[in-house]
Amino acid sequence: MSAAQAPAPQQALHEALLRIGDSTLILGHRVSEWCGHSPVLEEDIALANVALDLIGQTQLWLGLAGEVEGAGRSADALAYRRDAAQFRNLLIAERPNGDFGMTLMRQYLFDAYHMLLLQRLTASSDPRVAAIAAKAAKEVAYHLERSADLVVRLGDGTEESRRRMQTALDELWSYTGEFFIADAIDEAMADAAIMPHPASLKDAWLAEVSATLSEATLKVPASTYAHKGGRRGVHSEHLGHLLANMQFLQRAYPTAVW
Amino acid sequence: MATTGLPTAPDVWRWLETVPDPEIPVVSLVDLGIIRDVEIADDAVVVTVTPTYSGCPATSVISLDIEARLKSEGVDKLRIERRLSPPWTTDWISQEGRLKLRAYGIAPPIDGTNADGFARRRAGALLGDNFVVACPKCNSNETTKISQFGSTPCKAHYRCKTCLEPFDYFKCI
Ligand SMILES: [Zn+2]
Repeated sequence: MSAAQAPAPQQALHEALLRIGDSTLILGHRVSEWCGHSPVLEEDIALANVALDLIGQTQLWLGLAGEVEGAGRSADALAYRRDAAQFRNLLIAERPNGDFGMTLMRQYLFDAYHMLLLQRLTASSDPRVAAIAAKAAKEVAYHLERSADLVVRLGDGTEESRRRMQTALDELWSYTGEFFIADAIDEAMADAAIMPHPASLKDAWLAEVSATLSEATLKVPASTYAHKGGRRGVHSEHLGHLLANMQFLQRAYPTAVW
Repeated sequence: MATTGLPTAPDVWRWLETVPDPEIPVVSLVDLGIIRDVEIADDAVVVTVTPTYSGCPATSVISLDIEARLKSEGVDKLRIERRLSPPWTTDWISQEGRLKLRAYGIAPPIDGTNADGFARRRAGALLGDNFVVACPKCNSNETTKISQFGSTPCKAHYRCKTCLEPFDYFKCI
């Protein structure tokens, strides 16, 4: 039977929810690493607030992923008691913070994708998915406005800030192709009208990003090479280090509560 | 009070009007518009709450405060339910709540100015916001946004160019 390749609907939904929730979790954790280290106080506060939003959204996505799975795993259990190979986040989320320009460029490239994804998810045929997306979209709208604004200011800024932003863009560009690559799980979600087909987001994303980068006087890299694998559990070494830090307490003291 | 031991819904609303928001204690949970429903079920009082922001750390404190307030009125059969949809909007902050925010030094949200993520370029690059936030201290319209994010996710950080004071603006969502 050819359908043998297709994942069971509930399993596919669980996996697809992990892909969203793990991406917001890992990026949220990365951004939170800046807390107390930002170049200026206002940015420290802004980064902490963006991280908080992303982790709040993670609780909703992973909460639903656990509910759909039906194995009694909570959002906390999914976040703290899985190993790297079980994480389904986009690779861009686990990229190291680098300098402030690198962090900001990563945020902008992700925010533009995240915003478009959430807007489409508000029309999901699954009302639980639509409700979370509607909530998150309001928050992400502010993330995108901030990151786009700063990319323009720093790109079209001093020689040094422009150089750093271009370096960040050149390094991160090959991590954006993964946003739009589909597999059987994505096809199943799109067929059921639960989530948009990843490829269908590409034109709008490219239009938004090209306009902002051009305003920032930055040059869009010509390469179309795409790093991929994060969404099926193949990660860089960076994720293991991040998880060792993030999961330490819950792994060392499994019954610890505040 | 009814002989069943359960209060009426208007009683509960009245009590909740006296429960302050943990982060902005000048406004009540009712002023903030996060109490979506009060129902007197057969066996318990059911209070339905919606979160302001999905990562709002005050969410669990709010539940505890509701429980403590209703307990002080003799309600010991209480269920707190969470409702996500429709998502909370600052449009639900009461007129009274807006006045209280302003008196406290927080500029209240300007309805209809929600970010959609792409407004920045629509409004013209680098022109800043296409709306004016009046200073809550001196009423001047000569204010400038310092940061999209203030002391909490729900606020932006502004400064008044007239009285030079910094202030929080309750962002519209
Ligand atoms: Zn003033």
